Amino acid sequence: MFNHKDLLDLEHLDKKEIELILETAKPFKSMFTRSIKKVPTLRGKTVVNLFYEPSTRTRTSFEIASKRLSADVVNVAVANSSVVKGESLIDTGKVLEAMKADFIIIRHSLAGAPAILARNLNARIINAGDGFHEHPTQGLLDMYTILEKKKRIAGLKVLLVGDILHSRVAKSNIWALKKMGADVRVVGPPTLIPPAIEDFGVKVFYDLDEALKDVDVINILRIQLERQQDNLFPSVHEYVALYQMNGDRLRLAKHDVLIMHPGPMNRGIEISSEVADSAAAVINEQVTNGIAVRMAVLYLLSGQKDKI
Amino acid sequence: MKLLIKNGMVIDPGQKFESRADVLVVDGKIAEVKPGIAAAGAQVIEASGKMVVPGLIDIHTHLREPGHEEAETIASGTRAAAHGGITTILCMPNTHPPIDNAPAVEFILLKAQKEGIVNVFPIGCVTKGSMGEELAEIGVLKRTGVVAISDDGNPVMNSQVMRRALQYAKMFKLPVISHCEDRNLTKNGVMNAGYTSTSLGLRGIPRQGEEVMVSRDIMLAELTGGFLHIAHVSTAGSVDLIRQAKKKNIQVTAETCPHYFTLTDDVVKNYDTNTKMSPPLRGAADVAAIKEGLRDGTIDCICTDHAPHTEEGKNKEYDLAPFGIIGLETMLGLVVTELIETKVLSWSEAIAKMTILPATLFNLAGRGTFKIGYHADITIIDPKKEYAYTAADFKSKSKNSPFIGRVLRGFPEITIVGGTVVWPAPMKP
Repeated sequence: MFNHKDLLDLEHLDKKEIELILETAKPFKSMFTRSIKKVPTLRGKTVVNLFYEPSTRTRTSFEIASKRLSADVVNVAVANSSVVKGESLIDTGKVLEAMKADFIIIRHSLAGAPAILARNLNARIINAGDGFHEHPTQGLLDMYTILEKKKRIAGLKVLLVGDILHSRVAKSNIWALKKMGADVRVVGPPTLIPPAIEDFGVKVFYDLDEALKDVDVINILRIQLERQQDNLFPSVHEYVALYQMNGDRLRLAKHDVLIMHPGPMNRGIEISSEVADSAAAVINEQVTNGIAVRMAVLYLLSGQKDKI
Repeated sequence: MKLLIKNGMVIDPGQKFESRADVLVVDGKIAEVKPGIAAAGAQVIEASGKMVVPGLIDIHTHLREPGHEEAETIASGTRAAAHGGITTILCMPNTHPPIDNAPAVEFILLKAQKEGIVNVFPIGCVTKGSMGEELAEIGVLKRTGVVAISDDGNPVMNSQVMRRALQYAKMFKLPVISHCEDRNLTKNGVMNAGYTSTSLGLRGIPRQGEEVMVSRDIMLAELTGGFLHIAHVSTAGSVDLIRQAKKKNIQVTAETCPHYFTLTDDVVKNYDTNTKMSPPLRGAADVAAIKEGLRDGTIDCICTDHAPHTEEGKNKEYDLAPFGIIGLETMLGLVVTELIETKVLSWSEAIAKMTILPATLFNLAGRGTFKIGYHADITIIDPKKEYAYTAADFKSKSKNSPFIGRVLRGFPEITIVGGTVVWPAPMKP
């Protein structure tokens, strides 16, 4: 049913496989309200979190997901590791494999780093975000959240706001949403829209007020302030004026619009507190769902046949 | 010493000769080309069913020596050339240290004489240290033996410096080979900007990163009357700019490499760093335009841009791997398979772009054609033989090729330099 060694991206998963992951996540989520939030599924397995970039939410989420499946979890803090002594990515991976890591969960600032590990190692590789490429588990947890709230994905209008060019979250969302049959829009300044994005079947807007009309979901991407140095936008002040999701804009949207954000938020920049804390926002539920979805991914990749 | 190559199909575009004939070599020089030569005491090579062509000339090779002998040396690089049917290479000066002074040129020439097995002609730097600021001693370089100048690997970003280089080198009739890249436009890019770069999350290099500089250099060639040669043309836009410039009789010539008429940027999809080079692989429309440019003569030469890099250099994150692929051993096979067999070029047109045209543009006296008294540099090709290389087959020290395993036709069966067979032969490392 789920015949993959690694989870590197959503580009190469089909609709059925995405649905299977989302379906598998459901019982895991229902477990969270029990007093014992743990199953023995991955007992004796070793999961290594190899994070080359700072991350609190994704790393913690994978750690909790692994522990709730009874795996042993090791966090490699790259800043204190042999990597700073010049060890290559592949060699680091081979060391972890020699220590019998079953899963390596990698976050890296460069696109393709998980693919390189997957090619060179037998351990199962899960991409926890690579450069501007993809962040597949984020894409999956966003699908889970949309599905839970809206009961469907097909036919929904979903808008991604902001820095599409540098966003791995946007890329994974676009692949998953398109496969699930959603109508996808992106909005941002032309300097932050990647080349040939229309060929992915998304509609490009520059004007947020226009783009958010009639949409069912608005997913607001984090804006990295250093992009301004590359002249991708003139100032934070101007970015806020043009693209901040604020109360006035929320009132232009459908009354039941869902507001999502992958975090960490720059409150007062891409999203106002009014919106972040509004009833429309499901940002904290995204975090909860992230654990369930990551449990599902670990479970399916482990190839366990027994029922959960 | 006599060598007689019998019964081959001799294709010599320099003499507009294409016919079954024998080629007689006496004392390392071409002595006679005609059918039915009888030469008592000559060593005989039977070449029926084979193509006999002037030795191939590669005008764009990186030999890495001095400085990066772990990737290639003059000894290994010339062996790779011989293995690929190439008898003459022009080597780029971006070594460490760079070839921007007379002793450095002499080092290359001396090493090539001692350890090389094909002819090596150095290219000198345009600017001191290839830094793009002060002109190198171009006159001294010329006297020491360079056949062109180039800061290849880097563009000459400053338009005034490029203007002066074209203007000054004119008196020596030295071509200025331009690596056309606007570094502000290509900054941090690692592959062609487009659908594939977006899906892989790799920073894109727009075609205009090349074309802006092609148009600037053409304007500067027009201003100065200098000899401009555009290196490794990769885009449809560049082909068009060069075509228009030639129509206006501006002194500009151009080259491309087999990967630009064979591959498109979709092959990057597995983050295979053997698909990373500068300029990057482009789209299908560019490949078609490159072929058309070769066909109509806009692109004068086919060369390799042989850029060896070690396994440890290349087997890493796509962003971190260096630009460049090896090419000496696959150029001929790709030309035959992708251009001749597909009828883009005739045998004669294709061979011209690797023999008489480069010899003429770079003033390589006595080479590029079978004139009586010319150096006996000869490549014998089996046009039908099908072959595919493994990494271990390459004579180059480096194995960074996207063409490993690709089926090619047009096998360089025998390579002769100055009347001596250098491939196949006992090849010392």
